[in-house]
Amino acid sequence: MSSTPRPGAPAAPGDLLPEAAKILVAGGFGAGKSTLVSAISEIVPFHTEEVLTRSSMGVDDLAGVEGKGTTTVALDFGRITIHNRLALFLFGTPGQGRFSFMWDELAAGALCAIVLADTRRLSDCFPAVDYFERRGLPFVVAVNCFEGARSYPPDTVRRALTLQPEVPVMLCDARLRTSVKDVLVKAVDHVLLLETERSAHA
Amino acid sequence: MSAAHEWSYETDGPVVRPYAMVRGRTRNEGYWFDLVAFVVAAVDSLDLRLGIQPEHRAILRICQVPCPVGEVASRMNLPVGVVRVLLGDLHTAQAIHVREPTCRTGRPSIRVIREVLDGLREL
Repeated sequence: MSSTPRPGAPAAPGDLLPEAAKILVAGGFGAGKSTLVSAISEIVPFHTEEVLTRSSMGVDDLAGVEGKGTTTVALDFGRITIHNRLALFLFGTPGQGRFSFMWDELAAGALCAIVLADTRRLSDCFPAVDYFERRGLPFVVAVNCFEGARSYPPDTVRRALTLQPEVPVMLCDARLRTSVKDVLVKAVDHVLLLETERSAHA
Repeated sequence: MSAAHEWSYETDGPVVRPYAMVRGRTRNEGYWFDLVAFVVAAVDSLDLRLGIQPEHRAILRICQVPCPVGEVASRMNLPVGVVRVLLGDLHTAQAIHVREPTCRTGRPSIRVIREVLDGLREL
């Protein structure tokens, strides 16, 4: 295999390409992850699929996929240009516990995570909270306020999820850009605080 | 596989199973091609050589402007694993440049965190 060099244009070395940062958006099925990513992404969010093979699934994790050699996992993928050398990516990830192996790749090098909670099915976000706590990835909990759903004060959600006191909990409307922006700012501000503390103690 | 991958005259979805397209290979030498790694074409076109597939050319067209790996996979309507192998071929052919995220395993630097925060506040 060979290639024709582009005439006149010196090949741009890879490190002139933009740098990438990423934030994970996790939560149960139907919690509004895709909506949140769409509300803030400057591009129509992409949808990409990863093939999940038997060998990449834990032996105990086959419930519901028995008899299937492979299945696919869909990711929502949005982009925010910070400046011309830095892009922020948002990943809406499947919330089901059996897909948590995928979070390892997504969480590697991530800035932080947003756990999107639906108070009608709060237990759906337990796997995400457990995972990020265990992994030490900073996260915030954003309670998506659905119309018609009873709203609970953030402290009630905090207690229900037995969160550490430093984990920010906030209410949001995943359909609204300004609301999603507030969640992202809060999340990254939280990361900055933690990292600044960490480096001060190092 | 999703419905888009089923045989249909209305769509031009693959008739060939994705991993057959890369001759059963599941990994490439060298780069990992993280979902957020940026890829850009280093050449305009590929010579007609054995081993070049339409998919290689299609990826090269997408990457005429810098594009993250996840977006390439999405636009190719192929699993990321398959796209990684194809990108590996293109990299071996010196047809693309790649920038992997700087902090693939560790934590992002305070500089990056601050820049992201400033950028988000300005949205």
